Amino acid sequence: MSARAQAVSAQPRAPRVGRLEPAALAAVMSRDVVIFGRYWKATTFSSIVQPTIYLLAFGLGFGTLVKTIGHVKTIEYIATGTVATAVLFSSAFPGMFNTFVRWQFQRTYDAMLATPLDVEELITAEILWISLRAGVYGLAPLVVGFAFGLAPEWGMLLIPAIGFVTGFGFAAFGVLVAAIAKTIDNFNYITSAVLTPMFLVAGTFFPVSTLPDGVREVAQVNPLYHCVQLVRDASLGTLHAGDVGHAGVLLAFALLMWRLAIWQLGRRLID
Amino acid sequence: MAQETHWSTRAHAQPPAISLRGVVKRFGSIVAVDGLDLQVPTGVCFGLLGPNGAGKSTTMRMLTAQALADEGELQVLGYELPRESKQARMEMGVVPQLDNLDVELTCRQILTVFARLYRVPAGERGAAVDRALGLANLTQRADTIVRELSGGMRRRLLVARGLIHEPRLVLLDEPTVGLDPQVRQELWTLIDGLRVRGVTVLMSTHYIEEAERLADVVAVMSHGRIVAQGTPSELVRAHAGEQVIEVYGPPQQLAELGELAASKSWQSRRSGPALAIMRAEELDGDAPEGVRRPANLEDAFVALTGEEIE
Repeated sequence: MSARAQAVSAQPRAPRVGRLEPAALAAVMSRDVVIFGRYWKATTFSSIVQPTIYLLAFGLGFGTLVKTIGHVKTIEYIATGTVATAVLFSSAFPGMFNTFVRWQFQRTYDAMLATPLDVEELITAEILWISLRAGVYGLAPLVVGFAFGLAPEWGMLLIPAIGFVTGFGFAAFGVLVAAIAKTIDNFNYITSAVLTPMFLVAGTFFPVSTLPDGVREVAQVNPLYHCVQLVRDASLGTLHAGDVGHAGVLLAFALLMWRLAIWQLGRRLID
Repeated sequence: MAQETHWSTRAHAQPPAISLRGVVKRFGSIVAVDGLDLQVPTGVCFGLLGPNGAGKSTTMRMLTAQALADEGELQVLGYELPRESKQARMEMGVVPQLDNLDVELTCRQILTVFARLYRVPAGERGAAVDRALGLANLTQRADTIVRELSGGMRRRLLVARGLIHEPRLVLLDEPTVGLDPQVRQELWTLIDGLRVRGVTVLMSTHYIEEAERLADVVAVMSHGRIVAQGTPSELVRAHAGEQVIEVYGPPQQLAELGELAASKSWQSRRSGPALAIMRAEELDGDAPEGVRRPANLEDAFVALTGEEIE
């Protein structure tokens, strides 16, 4: 072997890296965990208090006027609906705001992409972290509901998983919005014109059957509607074959938003 | 431990650390990199010297595949870019021009996250972080939040972050821009230490003194391509000669002298309150009265790019 080749082969090569490596995902999430450690009180507060207030206001408020909604006790109806809103808001907002701030203002993503991390891993890790949190925060309205007469049910153990998948889709949606928005003010449009109607036309506080024709159809394409149905059936012990369809829609939504988010943010991160 | 070999010996023993051939990068109608040919030998401190807008930062981004070339071939550490970029980045460290540190985290936390990103094995992470903190002289500040660090400390942390995994190639993009002289000296010592350890360094800068001091080889970049390359002394000799006469005087006189120089095909340039005439050793009797000084890299640079730099 020539001296030149010997010198080259003597250099230790780094281990080979592939696609969507768990080590890379863990590294990105470790950063999120550290930041969460610093701000967990504020993050948890905002993710739990708002849905809880809805629950108390509608639950106690309507609960005295109306004893059942459909075939379901009011407290059960509202509590399970609020689970979905908790998941929605604890995933879509971080998806939008965290992404935008880290990307544009702090250039954090630029720093990380100079390491053996690619765009797909970075975005997937950020979405995964938000989804894990959303799955946990989704339990909060149920816990509050217990104090007001909601009966614990084995099916409720599925809530973190349902919250995770729903949260994944909405977190990815938030990332997609952040990638496309020109300024952070543009998020107002999404919040008012998309998220707010979304959580109202989902069967969260009242059945969609009460809504006019046309609007009712919108519920079918609203992922949150499917989340609410699934959460309600799981929590009340009324799971049936149709719930597989709801789960399927949530998974498809998550998958679609995931790829779109990577595509759009990737285009902006790499020149 | 082997004796320190001269960089040129190390360089010839191995394939180049970086190889760019005919690289072009456009942003809309602007051509930032315009047919760039660049070979960075292994074990060398290579200075990429050029004014702002020359294409240095764009070149750095292409080396980490954070920008994709429109044309040309790129190789880093034998890996083809952008296809094998992730693999190349395992063995490469980057110190960016702009501060992109997490202001909310401590030095130790940032270094730990990056140790993970660079796949430093779990058992070695603590030692790697301590070593990087020591290298950047930040051991006392390990648990201080970045927001509370001075500008110089933040820059040192940026360097430490790029070296956490002991890479064999380091990219430094304008490492001392905006720093005061003392901090600049500290960083120069740090960078010099890398050379001694045989790490290949590619350093882009618009400070001529920095290139002259630290770089074994300097490539002058202008308008997206390399216009000259060599050791600092080779560049000086080739483009500015050995001696320079500086003539001081009022602007009127200097303007007249400038025209005279042009008519006689003398190489000259304005340098503040003086007119500097290059290759004074060739002028003999013709030379005007003035102060003789050795030619330096700044003379060569201005001759090559036509640009004045601070």
